[in-house]
Amino acid sequence: MKVTVHDFKSNARSALADTQLQEALSGLPTGLVAQRAAARSRLPEFEDLRDYGRDLRNHTLEHLDVYLERYEDQVRQAGGHVHWAKTPAEACDAILKICKDADARLVTKGKSMVSEEIGLNDKLEAEGLEVVETDLGEYILQIRHETPSHIIAPAIHLTQSQVEQDFRREHDHLAKDRKLVEPAELVDEARQILREKFVNADVGITGANFLIAETGSSIIVTNEGNGDLTQSLAKTHIVITAIDKVVPTLDDASALLRLLARSATGQEFTSYTTFSTGPRRAGDPDGPENYHVVLLDNGRSELLGSEFREVLRCIRCGACMNHCPVYNAVGGHAYGWVYPGPIGAALNPGLIGIDEAGNLPNASTFCGRCESVCPMRIPLPKLMRQWREIEFEKGNPPLFVRMALRGWASMANWPWAYHLFARIMSRAMKLAAGRKGAFSWLPLATGWTKHRDFPAPQGKTFQDLWAERQRATIKPATQGETP
Amino acid sequence: MSRRDILSNIRRSLGANANDKARLENAAARIATPPRATAPQRVAAPGTDLVACFVSELERQLATVKTVARPEEIPLEIASYLRSQNQPQAVRFGTDPLLASLDFAASGLEVNNGRAEPSDTAGLSVAFGGIAETGTLALLSGADNPVTLGFLPDTHITVIAQSRIRATYEDIFAMLRNEKGAGTMPRTLNLISGPSRTADIGGRIVIGAHGPRRLLAIVVRSL
Repeated sequence: MKVTVHDFKSNARSALADTQLQEALSGLPTGLVAQRAAARSRLPEFEDLRDYGRDLRNHTLEHLDVYLERYEDQVRQAGGHVHWAKTPAEACDAILKICKDADARLVTKGKSMVSEEIGLNDKLEAEGLEVVETDLGEYILQIRHETPSHIIAPAIHLTQSQVEQDFRREHDHLAKDRKLVEPAELVDEARQILREKFVNADVGITGANFLIAETGSSIIVTNEGNGDLTQSLAKTHIVITAIDKVVPTLDDASALLRLLARSATGQEFTSYTTFSTGPRRAGDPDGPENYHVVLLDNGRSELLGSEFREVLRCIRCGACMNHCPVYNAVGGHAYGWVYPGPIGAALNPGLIGIDEAGNLPNASTFCGRCESVCPMRIPLPKLMRQWREIEFEKGNPPLFVRMALRGWASMANWPWAYHLFARIMSRAMKLAAGRKGAFSWLPLATGWTKHRDFPAPQGKTFQDLWAERQRATIKPATQGETP
Repeated sequence: MSRRDILSNIRRSLGANANDKARLENAAARIATPPRATAPQRVAAPGTDLVACFVSELERQLATVKTVARPEEIPLEIASYLRSQNQPQAVRFGTDPLLASLDFAASGLEVNNGRAEPSDTAGLSVAFGGIAETGTLALLSGADNPVTLGFLPDTHITVIAQSRIRATYEDIFAMLRNEKGAGTMPRTLNLISGPSRTADIGGRIVIGAHGPRRLLAIVVRSL
C-alpha cells in the first residue's frame, strides 16, 4: 500500500474541508461508540475480562516462539501448509506461488488488514489474476480504487449516495432506471454480483483474527458470511496473517472473542465466527482441498524486544479510533497507511519506520480515551510519547519545534522561574486583551485564532489559586484527607 | 530461511533460547489444561435457565427460534416457517442420521441431499451444540452437515437438541475435545449467532449481505 503518512498535516487539512467525509464521520458517536457502551453495560464482567485478556496476551507474547511452533505442527497434522514471511514481498511471493500452482485465474478475498499491509491485490493483479474483494465495504473501495479508512468498517468515510453513484457507474450492464434508494437495494445488487464470483473462484484468501496453537485453527469473525463463502467454495484457501495473532488454546480465543465484537461494533457476538483447520477431510463434500497459512513478521519480532511490545497485544477491534477525537475529525485516510487512529500512531512507526510515520504519534491530544476503551489495555498514549522521544532524539522535528521544546523544558526545571514567567505573561496578556478579554489574533497561535477567539488569562495563575486554596483548607479536621 | 530467522529473532527479543525448559513446560501445561476466563453471570448464576437465555439471546440477533417437543415435528415446523416467509417448500441437507430418519415428504417438502448448490433456497443442518451466553449455534462441517448449507442458500435452518445447550463457549469446546479427541478439529467449526448482516453502507444494518437472509433454529425438547 502506498505510504502517505508524511503528508499527514496536509491530508488532515483536506479531510477537515471535505463535507462528504465530515457527514460520513458524524455518525460515529451515536453509532459504534454508543453501541459499545450499551454492550459493555450488558456484561458486568467486561472490565475483569479486559484484565484477563491483557494477561493472556502477555503470556502468549512471552512464549510466542513456542506457540508458533506448536501451531505450525498442528496445521501440518491437519494437512495444511505454513509459509513464513519476513517481509511483505516474501508474503506476496508465497501467495503468488500458491495461486500459480493452483492454476488460478479468479481469486476471491475476505477482509484482511495484513493483505493491505503487504499490498497483495496490486501484486496479484500485476501477474494477471482477477482479484475480487467480497466484504461489502472492501468491494465498494475496490471499485473506487481506494483503501480502507477504518480497520473494521473500511468504507465508513463514504455516504450512501456515493455508493449509489459507484454502483451505477460500475454495474453498467444493469437497467439504468433501477431503484437504488434503500441500503438494502444496494446490498442486494452487490450480493447478486458477488455470488457469481464466489462460485467461480479458484482461490479464496481470508485473514485471521486469531490462530490457535492447541488445534492449528485459524479464526475469522464476520457478519456478512463472505469469508465463509470465500473459503468454502474455492479449491484452495489461503490465510494471510501475522505472527502476533496466535493464542494458546480454544478457551483463550473465546476469552478474547468476548471482548472483540463488543469493543468493535457493540454486538454480543458477530453473526459468524469460523474456526478453520486444514483442508476438507476424507468424505467431506465441500470445503477447500488445499489449505495454506502465510505468517508475516514485517518488524513484529523486533517490536517484541522493544519498549513497544505492548502494541502487539492489539486484537484489531477499532475501538481506539472510534473514540479518538483526532480520528473523528479527519477520518482514516489522513493517517496515510494501513492502520489509522491511535493504534496506527503506536504501531505504524514500528512497521514502516519513525522517519516516515513521525507525524502520527504527534497527532494526539493525549486525552486518553483510546487507552480507556482498549480491550487489551494497551497504554497507547505512553507508546506514542515514547515514539515522540525517539523522534526528538533523532532530530527529526523542525529546528523551531525542538528549540521551543528545549526552552520549555529548561523553564520547567526551574519552578520559581516558571511561575514568575507565567505570572508576568498572564498579567501582560490580560492587559493586552483589554476590555474584550480575548484575542482574535495571537503570534504562534494562528491555528487557534483563525477559527475562534483565544480567551486571555483573567487574574491569578492556576498555581497561585491552588496555593491559596491549599492554605484555606488546611485545618485540623481535614488533615489526612485528599483535597 | 525465513522461518529460522523469524523464530530466532523472536527468541533474541525475548532473551530466550529454543530449549528453555520452563517456557516449554508453561506452554504445554496451558494447552493440556486450558485455563478459563470467568463465565458471565448471565449464565453462571445458580438456577439460570440456559435454554431460555439461549433463545432470548438468539432472537435478539434477529434469528427465529421455534421449540418442538419431538423430532417428528421438525418437518411440519419447517414447512410452516417456509410458507410464512413465502419461500419454496424445499430443503437440502447432508447425511445426518437424525434428519435422514424424518419424513419430510409427508409435510409436502421437497428434499435434496449433499452440499449446497447455488440454486438451493433452504439449507438444513443439525447443530453440534448451543451456547446460551450469546445465543450461538455451534456446527461442525462434514458429510453429515456440509458447511455450504449454512452460507449459500437464502434460508438456513438449524436443529438443536435442547440437551446440548451449554452455558459458555468453553463448555462447547470441552464437549468437542471429549467427543472428538483433544486437539482434533473438523475442517470448520462454525459459531453462528444470527443471519448474515452488514452495516457497510451508510452505517445502517441490512440483513442478508452474502450469507442467509434468515435463520431459523428449532430447539427439540426430547433430544
